[in-house]
Amino acid sequence: MDFISIKNNQRIKFAEIPVLAYADFFNVVTNQLMEKPEAHCVSYFGIPAENNVQLLCCIADDASASINVLSSVVSKTDTLQSITAKYMSFHLFEREIHENFGINFDGHPWLKPVRYPYNAADKSQTMVNYPFYQIDSEELHEVGVGPIHAGIIEPGHFRFICNGEQILHLEIQLGYQHRGLETLMIEKKKLLQRATLAENITGDTTVGHSVAFANAWESLCGFTADKQLQMERAFAIENERIAIHTGDLSGICTDIAYQLGNSVFGRLRTPVINYFQRWAGNRFAKGLIRPGKTNFPFTNDLAAQWKEMISAYKPHFVEMAEQTFDLPSVLSRIERTGIVSPAVAHQIGMVGMAARASNIVRDIRASHPFGHYANIDYKPVLEPVGDVYCRARIRYDEILRSIDMMNDILSTMPYDHKPATTLDKAEPNSFVVSLVEGWRGEICHCAITGPDGDLTHYKVKDPSFHNWLGLALAVRNNEISDFPICNKSFDLSYSGHDL
Amino acid sequence: MIFDNMKILIHQGKQFIPDVKTTDVPGVFRGRPVISNAPCDEKSLIDLCPTGAISGSPLRIDLGRCTFCGECAFACPEKIKFTKDYKMGSNIRENLIVTEGNDSPILVDADKVRAEIRRIYGRSLKLREVSAAGDNSCEWELNATSNVNFDMGRFGIDFVASPRHADGIVVTGPISKNMAEALEICFDATPDPKLLILAGVDAISGGIFADSPALDRSFLANHKVDLYIPGNPVHPLAFINGVLSLLGR
Repeated sequence: MDFISIKNNQRIKFAEIPVLAYADFFNVVTNQLMEKPEAHCVSYFGIPAENNVQLLCCIADDASASINVLSSVVSKTDTLQSITAKYMSFHLFEREIHENFGINFDGHPWLKPVRYPYNAADKSQTMVNYPFYQIDSEELHEVGVGPIHAGIIEPGHFRFICNGEQILHLEIQLGYQHRGLETLMIEKKKLLQRATLAENITGDTTVGHSVAFANAWESLCGFTADKQLQMERAFAIENERIAIHTGDLSGICTDIAYQLGNSVFGRLRTPVINYFQRWAGNRFAKGLIRPGKTNFPFTNDLAAQWKEMISAYKPHFVEMAEQTFDLPSVLSRIERTGIVSPAVAHQIGMVGMAARASNIVRDIRASHPFGHYANIDYKPVLEPVGDVYCRARIRYDEILRSIDMMNDILSTMPYDHKPATTLDKAEPNSFVVSLVEGWRGEICHCAITGPDGDLTHYKVKDPSFHNWLGLALAVRNNEISDFPICNKSFDLSYSGHDL
Repeated sequence: MIFDNMKILIHQGKQFIPDVKTTDVPGVFRGRPVISNAPCDEKSLIDLCPTGAISGSPLRIDLGRCTFCGECAFACPEKIKFTKDYKMGSNIRENLIVTEGNDSPILVDADKVRAEIRRIYGRSLKLREVSAAGDNSCEWELNATSNVNFDMGRFGIDFVASPRHADGIVVTGPISKNMAEALEICFDATPDPKLLILAGVDAISGGIFADSPALDRSFLANHKVDLYIPGNPVHPLAFINGVLSLLGR
């Protein structure tokens, strides 16, 4: 076999992953696995293998709900044929492998640094000498923004090349948020420490990432969450989606100076995140998701509180959203602004809400469902054009869809809590891929255990890893004054990218 | 159309929290913990804590290192209880340490606040926020301080877009190496006299990232911190109350 087909959260022996010579690996990826339109790379990374590097590639096939995994052992001094030359969606994965190990890729347009990790192969690269793309012209000018931005947001640097007011090119330099998270996932030995790290990958997706971690670790330990726990987790994921989508609609209104929308959506977010505080004592649900157990069993009283909260939220939310999407002054700013066409979105491998706003059916809840999602038939929401309007509108529709799903969960929840299970040791020498559809999109965690059943490698991929390029392309030929709404319409994670 | 807008405004009603100093937070919020004198296995609690915030004899919790996960309170509910007290800000780092048998509020030590702070900024304070590897939860909460619910602007306290317009810097996040220089430049660009506020566990101690080789916290060794506000993330009410008590309001 050239690859092994596994399911989301299916544990396999690490040795079962086929190891191919790179030329064959390249062939299988480019000529076989990536050929299908439903195929996309969910993770591609290297791990040290004695003096060499083992490359692991996980390509999801949405049509068959399987993830095809294959690997190749290469030398750090090798120059490999770039997959990016054929499939652009690999560009950042190859850059990351180059940055971490020094491996060169022939045919890659630019192997620039990704996040300047403390353990980079080439330590001479520093934040201040990033090799920005430049155009020599007397007609053009550059605009540099960040790392510190005007609002209260995470740091990152945006370098625009503009022709007058028009953006010709945007390059995004990240890495300011690098905390060495993947190393800490291995070095911290307590499960609680690792669960805490997972919560902090990006604090705006606490539930999404900590469910991805819980699923991965539980699978490695041979534990299957019971129906009640699965439903509680899906409920939490959807509540997080409603909260952040609502906050983002407020942010988009802010960026077009529509103060009523800013104010109303902003206050509507409050009861939704306060609900997490009612449930688990923290507005961002930190502490809620724990492998093998929950500290905050869901109760009838919590169900009643949510229903009361959401029945007050929904009519005001719908009223505000209908007004927003009906106002000519709003529409003139967001329609046909920041377009990522479906073809481009597919080419660069966009995921999640932003991909669906470009008419791409890509939603883990439907394609690689786990837990509660495996028991329902979720139909993703799509928007046709891929402009700011579509990325805003899809939030409105997804919120309504999530409310329906959560109502269904509450009507079938068994309230049957099992005692906590201690999950200290995992199955040795194993591998698992854990996919979760967070509010932003596809979260992928890959975990590998060693001979003693402890983690030896942990790879995190936030959906932002795919989508930052989408933002860079969306703003081309737009006015630079429209950059903020384009940026907010994606609302990508810096910390989730920089790790 | 104008009538639709008016309808929305009427439905919106009054959303602000009338008194941010006394309001009750909903649910089971984990704020300032209280440690009783009940017997317990100290060592197991110390081992349990993910960030080494708990130390023994007498049992203490350092809120500058606490992630407020609450696991210790689940392990030993008769010993440790997290209250809903969100007023956890202090200008003295040691004041963030909660000790066994001592259920007193965390306070700002007025004698140690620089005199010019209250004189100059007592009625108007403009802050610049710098996220230095923050995970975006503290950032969302600091944004929330200005929304219609918390409405920090009513006190003349606002976040501004440039350090040149600011009277002080609020830092979130554990301060990565890659962000250390930008933070230093930003602080340097803020005119004197200026405040330095650390918001959230990551900024105060590094939190779960404290041992990471990817951090560079030397900025804190070189500058005096005026206010520490614990939380994971910092709650908007914790932030507003912390700043108000620093200003003596």
